Amino acid sequence: MGSGPAGFSAGRRERLLALYRTMARIRAFEDAAEVASQGGVQAWGLEASATPALVRGPLHLSTGQEAVAAGVCANLRQTDLLTSTHRGHGHTLAKGADMTAMMCELYGRATGCNGGKGGSMHIADFSVGMLGANGVVAAGIPIATGAAHALKLMQREAIVACFFGDGAINRGPFLEGLNWAQVYALPVLFVCEDNRIAATTPTATMTAGEGAAARAQALALPVLQVDGNDVEAVDRAAAELVARVRGGTPALLHAITYRFKGHVSVDPGAYRDAAEVARAREGDPLLRVRTELAALDANGERTRIDADVQQEIAQALAAAAAAPWPEAGAAYEQVLDAGAGQWR
Amino acid sequence: MDDADVQRRSSGATMPAARRMTYAVAAGEALAACMRADARVVALGEDLGRGGVFGQYRSRAADGALVPLQREFGATRVIDTPISEANIMGAAVGMALAGLRPVAELRIVDFALCGMDELINQAAKNRFMFGGQGRVPLVVRMPIGIWSASAAQHSQSLEAWFAHIPGLVVVCPATPQDNHALLRMAIDSDDPVVYLEHKELWGLEGDVAPDVVVPLGRAQIARAGADLTIVTWSRTLHESLAAADALAAEGVGCEVVDLRTLWPWDRAAVLESCTKTRRLLVAHEAVQAAGFGAEIAASVAEELGPQCRIARIGAPRIPVGYSAPLEAESRVGAERIAAAARRLLQR
Repeated sequence: MGSGPAGFSAGRRERLLALYRTMARIRAFEDAAEVASQGGVQAWGLEASATPALVRGPLHLSTGQEAVAAGVCANLRQTDLLTSTHRGHGHTLAKGADMTAMMCELYGRATGCNGGKGGSMHIADFSVGMLGANGVVAAGIPIATGAAHALKLMQREAIVACFFGDGAINRGPFLEGLNWAQVYALPVLFVCEDNRIAATTPTATMTAGEGAAARAQALALPVLQVDGNDVEAVDRAAAELVARVRGGTPALLHAITYRFKGHVSVDPGAYRDAAEVARAREGDPLLRVRTELAALDANGERTRIDADVQQEIAQALAAAAAAPWPEAGAAYEQVLDAGAGQWR
Repeated sequence: MDDADVQRRSSGATMPAARRMTYAVAAGEALAACMRADARVVALGEDLGRGGVFGQYRSRAADGALVPLQREFGATRVIDTPISEANIMGAAVGMALAGLRPVAELRIVDFALCGMDELINQAAKNRFMFGGQGRVPLVVRMPIGIWSASAAQHSQSLEAWFAHIPGLVVVCPATPQDNHALLRMAIDSDDPVVYLEHKELWGLEGDVAPDVVVPLGRAQIARAGADLTIVTWSRTLHESLAAADALAAEGVGCEVVDLRTLWPWDRAAVLESCTKTRRLLVAHEAVQAAGFGAEIAASVAEELGPQCRIARIGAPRIPVGYSAPLEAESRVGAERIAAAARRLLQR
């Protein structure tokens, strides 16, 4: 990952290729996980498949939102911390987690990044500063402010990036956390990944005022609003805000994007207008980057990236399918030190 | 102090003398000792700068004056916060993950309910659900109990809620000595600890030796006796001891077991006492229905069967009323405990 977007076209080409690689890895991961999850959740009125799914449980896909994760994380360092949402695969990959360990986690295997204890909704890789996806909307916000508070007290150079969705701004921790970060001047970049739908409810129908950016401005945070499907715009805005955050002030990036899939992988999303989805797919952030790369005469490199990514995801899937299950005894480990062994 | 349950950190040699202090100051002194020993220990909550709303964030200066901890440790380590319970709790989780050892102050347990996602879904689950990648060495202080005509939203004892949650340690100190020793132990622990002081005990005075070690999960025999075991904790310990005095005058010997930690709880000490006395009364201030007394009673019944007769006494399942005669209905006092003991003895 570089340290900021380049202004010159040679630098721009390399930067865009790097961003594209991250986006392509996320898309490949989401597509593979989606296939592996078929039949995995008995909800939304679907019958369970005769073949058990390889990835069980709720799988929240970020397909279509890749530019936000890629553009923001391109401006982070490995020592920076990150909190994520229930839709967190993209953030985790973009922060530098290992794709195979992530797929093993989705498969529930002992070699998963959480040892099979968390799955998709709790995917985490603390070794790259990724402090976890979270099953509760807005729950990462207070944790991010606390981590930033600790970094400041310990006089560390690092910052915290805190991803949340548009639905989260209607929960109390959004107000509490932004106020807290501003009161103590904490190094945290809030990123509202606004995909315009909260679970299955259009956010606009449930949100007063102008949304995340306006609310953050009311608390006097520096704010930028961008087209979250334009990875270069996200990259530029994130670079500007990350610089301010490293200087010791919290900031908020409001990135407007679109969720191509349903709320979970087995949700067909039939409650949305088909024309709206079709329009969004025409603006697929990956296609937009490909067009830009073609204009920059970078199709050769782009094709090689696509081939690399296909190989990486195939290896991750094969490794996950072959990986061992956790021993049942692992269910009793990593609970408490005090009274370890006392289960009733 | 029961020597079997309480060891000194340094055997023999020169032991610091015990000093007389209140339950509130004992906690302040314990926290100050931990903050001096470890720069990672910080405290955060409302009104900490002036010493805490109950004066429990103060320690005794060299000239004998009680001073707020913020004077010694500064506002960056004794952190005044907005009235943002969810963020106090959640920030403490984030601080712990990033390398600090926070002590979060929630004022009273009733207010802590505004931060339950952060405690139950985040702090308690973090280590397990992320496969041991992180630890949450967090102490959450949330005082419990009926206090000063404070009515339904400032009087609850909710320890059973937290004992129900895997991933949490639950501590209920009843004496100044235990408040000093257990708070130090809680801060030393790498686990998230729910630390429940009782609001009516703040002014209770007792001798406190600063080097006493009380392991988490170790009960104390507060009074020995052969006829009946009373298992209790927190403020109800003192009511139980008063009940034991009354029963002693009637020729009944009560063994009073102060559980001190509700999770992990000292099954061995409870079972040993019940095996001896063959009668168990569990007494607590919390509502009796689905209280932690039920867990103890059921466990003893499973282990000892008909050889131990068992009863519980706790509050009726009503909100705590404001007016004195209403509030009194929720109190589990010495007379009620003694009456429950007599009924058990006559069964």
